[in-house]
Formats: sequence, C-alpha cells, structure tokens
Amino acid sequence: MSGPTSDPTAPVARQPVASYEGERTRRPLLEIEGLEVTYRTAGGEIPAVRGVDLTVNEGESVGLAGESGCGKSTLASTILRLQPSNATVQGNIRVGGKDVRTLGWRGLRALRWGEASMVFQGALHSLNPVQRVGDQIAEPILIHDSAVAGTVQSRVGELLEEVGLPTDRARAFPHQLSGGQRQRVMIAMALACRPQLIVADEPTTALDVMVQAQVLDLLTGLVDELSLGLLMITHDLSVLSSTCSRIAVMYAGRVVEEGPADEVFEHPQHPYSEALSAAFPRIGDSAARYAPAGLPGDPPDPQHLPSGCTFHPRCPVALANCSEYDPPVRLAGPHRPVACVLVGEDGRDRSAAQGS
Amino acid sequence: MSAPTSTLVAEAETQPSQPGRRRSGRWRYIGSKLLGSFGALMFVIVFNFFLFRVIPTDPVRTLARNRLVSQEQVDELTRTLGLEEPLHQQFLTYLQNTFTGEFGLSFKYRQPVGELLLDRLWPTLLLVGTSTILASVIGIYLGMVSAWNRGKRIDHLSTGSSLTLYSMPEWWLGLVFLAVFAVGAGPIPELFPTGGLHSTDVDPNSFAGGLDTAWHLTLPVLTLTLAYLAEYSLIMRSSLLDEMGEDYLTTARAKGLRDVYVRRRHATRNALLPTATLVVLNLGFIVGGAITIETVFSIPGLGLLTTEALEVPDYPVLQGTFLFFSIAVILANLVSNLLYGWLDPRVLS
Amino acid sequence: MSDTTLTPRRLTWQRRRQSAGRTWRQFRRHRTGLIGLGVLVFFGLVALFAPLLADHSGIEVTEATGGVLEGPSWDYPLGTDANGRSVLTLLIWGARVSLMVGLLATAISMFLGTLVGLASGHYRNFFGAALFRITEWFLVVPFLPLAIVLASLLGRSLLNIAFVIGVTSWPATALLIRAQTLSIEGRPYLERARALGAGDWRQMSRHVLPNVMPMVFANTTLTVAIAILSETTLSFLGLGDPLRVSWGSMLDEAFNTGAITTGAWWFFLPPGICVILVVMSFTLIGQALEEVYNPRLRDRA
Repeated sequence: MSGPTSDPTAPVARQPVASYEGERTRRPLLEIEGLEVTYRTAGGEIPAVRGVDLTVNEGESVGLAGESGCGKSTLASTILRLQPSNATVQGNIRVGGKDVRTLGWRGLRALRWGEASMVFQGALHSLNPVQRVGDQIAEPILIHDSAVAGTVQSRVGELLEEVGLPTDRARAFPHQLSGGQRQRVMIAMALACRPQLIVADEPTTALDVMVQAQVLDLLTGLVDELSLGLLMITHDLSVLSSTCSRIAVMYAGRVVEEGPADEVFEHPQHPYSEALSAAFPRIGDSAARYAPAGLPGDPPDPQHLPSGCTFHPRCPVALANCSEYDPPVRLAGPHRPVACVLVGEDGRDRSAAQGS
Repeated sequence: MSAPTSTLVAEAETQPSQPGRRRSGRWRYIGSKLLGSFGALMFVIVFNFFLFRVIPTDPVRTLARNRLVSQEQVDELTRTLGLEEPLHQQFLTYLQNTFTGEFGLSFKYRQPVGELLLDRLWPTLLLVGTSTILASVIGIYLGMVSAWNRGKRIDHLSTGSSLTLYSMPEWWLGLVFLAVFAVGAGPIPELFPTGGLHSTDVDPNSFAGGLDTAWHLTLPVLTLTLAYLAEYSLIMRSSLLDEMGEDYLTTARAKGLRDVYVRRRHATRNALLPTATLVVLNLGFIVGGAITIETVFSIPGLGLLTTEALEVPDYPVLQGTFLFFSIAVILANLVSNLLYGWLDPRVLS
Repeated sequence: MSDTTLTPRRLTWQRRRQSAGRTWRQFRRHRTGLIGLGVLVFFGLVALFAPLLADHSGIEVTEATGGVLEGPSWDYPLGTDANGRSVLTLLIWGARVSLMVGLLATAISMFLGTLVGLASGHYRNFFGAALFRITEWFLVVPFLPLAIVLASLLGRSLLNIAFVIGVTSWPATALLIRAQTLSIEGRPYLERARALGAGDWRQMSRHVLPNVMPMVFANTTLTVAIAILSETTLSFLGLGDPLRVSWGSMLDEAFNTGAITTGAWWFFLPPGICVILVVMSFTLIGQALEEVYNPRLRDRA
C-alpha cells in the first residue's frame, strides 16, 4: 500500500471507541485462548479453527475479517456453545470471566442472550417466518425473567424505538419487512436482555450499500451508547475499518494479523491482509485502479491445508522455505502480532524479493 | 420421495407490505383458490362428458358391447342417450342433468344412479374417514420421531417399513391380512370376517350391530391405515428434516431455549404446514385405496360399486362415481388450501 | 489453439461424459441406491431371459399338467395355480409384462409431462398459463377412477393399460419440469441466448432441456415405480389383457379362484413380493439420484 497517511481519499475512520492505549483498564468480556475446533465427518477430520487468541474488552469493538471458509463463523458459534454436535472444541473460551465450555445448563441459559447475544446474517432465514417479530423479540426476555410478562410489550416497543423502527412493526411478520428493517429487528432482539457483548456474524452482508451504512451506524451508535463489547465478523475489511477499533484477520483457521483498525487497513503487514485491503478500492484514488487486486487461487480446503504457512501458495512474496515451516508470530509494533516470517520490528521488510 | 417446495409460499413475494393490506391479500387468496377449484370442477364435468360421448366413436356400440342386444334396444338406447341430437345439444342436456343430479339409470341395478351413490356413500365415508384420521395422526408422529432421531436405529426401522408399505399395493396387504386373520394361517385362528359390512343375524342399527360393523371394518381400516401412514410418515420426516436445517432454529437456541422445546414448538409446528399441503395433494391416492380395499373386503361402498360396474360395463354408474370422486378430491383440495392460507401468514400478503 | 479439432460439439459430449461419470461415482456412494440397482438388474435379466428360464407353454392353460392349487413341490417349486400351471413360470413371464408396461407407460408419461412442462414454463403468455392451468386441473382428478373409466372404455389390452397410465400420470412430471424450467430460465446465460436471437425451440432444446434432464432422470425412476404399481392394480381389477400374464393378473386370479380362502400362499405371496421388490428398487434408485442431483438433500438422509 503506497500513499501518505494524510491521503484525502482514504475512508474517514470512525473515531475508535477507546484509544488503544486505554485498553488495559477495561475488563475483558470475551477471552478466547488457543481455540481449536475440528469437525468430525464421514470424510475425515476437518480443522476449522487452528489456534486462535482473541480478546474483546468492555466498550470495545473488534473486527474479525477473512474469506469464507476461514473459520470465523465457527469461532463465533463456539462463543455461545452453538457449534454443531460433530465439532470438537479445545482451548479456552470465557465470557465475562466464565468458562463457556464447562457451564451447566442454567449457566449456559443465563449466558445465552443475557450476557452475550448474536446478530446473524440473512435475517429472513434467521427469524421464524411464522411468528410475529414482536413475539420473537419478547421470547428471550420471557425466558430470562418470566416475572416481567406484563411489561414485556412495552420493553419490545422500547427496543424497536431504539433501533429506529415504529412500534407497530411488532405485529409484522418477517417477510413483511424489508431487509434493512429485518436486520434492525435482529439488533433489537440482540439487545433484549441487556447483554454485555454482541457478536455480529456478517450482519450487513446481504444488504444494499446504503442500508448497510445505516445498519452499521446504528450498531456502532448503540455500542457507544450502552458501552457494549462488539465482535463484528465479516469478509468486508472496509466495513471493519470504519466501525471497529481493532481488527484481526483470519486465514485458514488462524489469526494472521491483528492491530488497530486504521493501521491494519492502511498499512497491512501480512501479505494476505494486504491483498484483502487492496481488494476494496478507494474512490478517487486513480492509482488503485491499476494496482493488482485480488489473489490468485481459492481459499484452501480445510481438509487439505498447504504445508508450512498455509498462505504460501497464493502469497506474492513467499520464500522458498515458507512451505516448510509454520510462520512465527512476530510483532510489527506494540500489540501488532503478524504471522509472517518477513515481518521485523519496523514492519514488513518489503525489499524481500519474490521466491528465490 | 422429495418434498417439492410449497408453491403457495413461493407465490407470495417477499415485499414489505403494510399489515393493513393483508386483509385484501386474504380475500385475494381465497378468491383465487375458489376460482381455481371452480375451474377444476368445470373441467371435470366437461371431461366427463367427453369421456363417454366422444371417445367411443359409437357410444351405442360401446355401451352395448358384450351384451346381446336387438336392433330395437339399440334404437331405444340411441334415443334415450339423445344421440340423434347435435353434439352441443347433447352437452347442454348433459349439463342440465348433472346439475339436477340426474345421472341416468344403472344398467345393472336399473336404479337411478344418484340413489345408488347415496346408498353406498356412508360405508366409504366410514372406511376412508377412520383410516385417514388414524393414518395421519400415527403417520405424522412416526415421521417426527424419525426426523428427531435421524440416523439412529428407530429412524432406519421406521423409514424402512414406511418404504416397504409404500412400495406395496395396499390391496395386496389386504389379501395377506385376509389370509392370515380372516381365514387363519398356522396357529392364528379366524379372527375376523372375510368380507362384507354386517353379519346376517345382527340388526345393523342396534348397539350390537354397531360393534358388528366395527368388527367387520377392523381389517379394512387396518390395511388402509397402514398404507396411508407410510406416505404421511415419509412426508412428515422429509418436511421436518428440511425445517430442522433452518437458521432460525439456531437463533432460538442462542436465545436460551432448550433444544427439545425448539424442536417441538418451532421446527415441528412449522414443518406441519407443508406436510398438510402434501398430504392433500395425495388425496387421489386415498380414493384409489378406497376402491381397491372395498373390493378386496367386499365392503358395499362406492369403491365396490365402481369395480362391480366394470363387469357389465355399467357406464352410467361409472360416470357417476367418477364425477363423485373427482368432486370430492376438488373440495378437499379447496378446504386444505384455505386452511393452509389461514395457518401460514406468508401466503396472504 | 490445439491441433485436434475440439469442436463445440465434441466439447459438449466430453463434458456430458464427464458429468455422467461424476454422477455414477456419487451414486455409487449410496448403498441403498446400489442395492436397488442390483435388484432391478436381477429382475431385468429374469424378464429378458424368460424364454430360457421357463417354457412359454407353461402359460397355456390347455397345456397345464399340474393339479389345482397344489403346494410347492420338486416339480413345481412354487406350486400350481387353479388351472394347474406352475406359479414359478407365471411369475417369470409375468415379470416381462409388468416391467414392459411400466416402462412404456413411463415413457408416455415423461414425454407428455416434459413437453407440457417445458412449454408451460417457457411461454409466459396465455398459452403457457393455459397449459399450467390444465396441468393443475388434471392433477386434481384422482388417478384410479379415471384410469378405470378410460380402461373400460378403451378395452383390455396391454397397450391401452400403458396408455391409460401414461395419460393419467403426466401432470406431476409436468409441474416438476415447469418449476425447473422457470428456475433455469432465470439464469443469465439464457438471457444471453435470447439476446443473441435464439428462437423458442432452440432455447428449449439446446439450453433448458439439457439442464432439466438430470431432474427428469431422477423423476423417471420414481414414475416407473408408480407405473408398475398402477399396472398391478389395474390388472388386479381385471382391466389387463386377458391373454397375458402379469403379476397383477396373477393376484386377480388368486383372489377370484379362492386362493386366499384356501390358504394357497404360494400363489398370492410371490407376485406381491416381486412387485414390492421391483417398486422399492426403483424408489431407492430414484431417491439416491435425487440426492446426487440435489446436494441439499444429502445432508438430510
């Protein structure tokens, strides 16, 4: 990525919720340590997540970027222990300090929606088609605190107002709403039990660009207002750069780069992040139109991962022995881990010749 | 057996609409279903006419086939059928007759066909009604259990036996039951009558008569129930498995609902809707079963009337029963469409 | 540019062969489908080699040498019928008729159904809509009453039975193919073909039909299953050819000559079992094919 940092064509980075330096004093809402998830299938074992560390602190929004098949949705499913039954999980997942994997049913139910909730993609399929949206929003409230049965309707109304929908929409069915409205309903539903953490899995992927911007604004506004933690998962790096304070990039089940959002977007260190970032053109930057965009090849098949650094077959600057050794995780700066052998203390050594 | 996508839902577009407009949508739906059924009804009536008047090039020859008839009888037949009149006049006469319930005289019984139909109606209703109710309840339940325990032994067992029953002519099962339970095979004694609806020495209208009728109907109902329930169970299983793969169930679990509750309240309830549609689409199958089982067990209903009419062939009766069965199926289709529209909110807008 | 003349036609056929190979390989993974195929091949061979397996004179009533409804013995492995004919011989020859009529009826049904389905899916005008309405109306008419009426009007012959079954079972196929046609026609390459000036016939035969064929193929096997069941039922009701033996007519005879009441199980069990086996095998093959062509179904069963 070339260009000075004061490039007027760069997207206006949203003021991050918390400056990176002040992170240490906030308590962690989500702590993932050494997470490994493997699917047992008739065709063999498929490693979807191969060792991921991730933390989301209170009031912080963290983005998780990657192509389809990199394991990000699998990772999201383990947070509320929603992974499919043929998935084996290893490592630690803690939400609000509690170990998700060893929770009993009571604890799990309290966790689900009460402490952390999810916003799913494609609300038409994630909402019950034959139930009114108001009832669907009310459902988790009644589960978590059946005593409020009388006031639940007003609470539903409140939530709908918070997401910018008229309260009479509570009586609508999902198919009667537009895509953007459905996504707002999903957000309202996610807020129903006042969770501390929201995990948004591709929340805007199926939406038009304009609606996408509205929904993102809504989400980040709410996160600000209510001091929630947000883990936003998407393949669209540009979305993350404008809504999150930190970004982690995933490839083939591992985090290959992590750091403050604008830095990862503007100055990616890992060759994959670089390609991912370059894939989103900057409007007005004529040079970007000539820069090679996109990577050759497809994301690797989790059952047949390339040896050594899994990215090496598609890496434009791969060295000869990248196919032999797992890449070491080096720090390209404070709190800036990058899994690439070419990374030194001052960032990646871009003078490295291709191949050898 | 695959579950075709519900065309009813596919017809409804996913456009946002105001709740207020739903009411007009509802009437539009009802109207379109009524119109469709009316069209089908007209089609059947016209088709009925063409079958018997137009297909046989010489209706009199066909009607008189296999029976020795004199020239006078041929002339008489020609006159009563109105065959001397031009075709469109015949058609109008036919329409008039149909709507007044005048279906002619049975060749075999020399009774008005309409009377015959009414006489034989209730045994068929009893047989088909009981079997359908039993089969749907048991079949749907089995389908649910199969789907919930997909891949386990109970699923394989249930699906395997459903498949076998489905591949079997239902009347053959009736023959086997007759041989085993009515005639007695090996250690099993004669438990049930070999046919008919009533024993000769019992007053059919008494309480004992009622029990006697039930005893006579046991094997036929058992046979039909088994035959139908195979289909229902396979349909329900398929429907439910489709539903269980839906994303909204994950959302429900994420909200803290128990898995069992999610399955029952959300998945099963939603899977019942397409099952109901598919069940009704197979109503023709039910009618076929009535005909063959009544024949095997000599139950004096409309089915036996139809097969007996084949011997002569008693065309007025055949025409009458064909019309009756078709109308019954059209009506049942209409009722089920309306019911579905009432139950599934996606259809109305 | 390669040296060998890789014409578009050759390329198409190459691709078709490859996809057929792929289909077979995927099909092979379904154990139930393979079992069905095996059973079907067995019955097919029996039907094909009937003259070798059993003398045709065994069917002639006048040549019958056995006793009336005798149980199984060395001479007659499956016993005799009411005329003294060997049940096994009848069974073998009956396989021919049952299979043949089933296949013929299916051919008629698929031909009609595909034609109407394609047309009603392709033509968005009044013609297509009218075809669709007619298909729906036909679907409502219950099968057996209609078949009985038609068979009684047309007379008792195998051809008529096949015709009757074919003419009464095409609506289901037509609806399926119409749905497929509609979905395929929504695809961009068909728009392109139209923009390039492809006429209706060319569009349908070159573009839509090859893509519809896989579903048609899976549907065909299921249709054969139903056709065989229908033929058996119609023959049982006495509407088959009186001179030919089919499994259904054997059961009709069994019923009428009191084989049930005298417990002559060797006469009424084998034909029924054969029908079950053949129908099940077609159904299993059809289900396996459906899963091959519609991967979504694979996750289910």
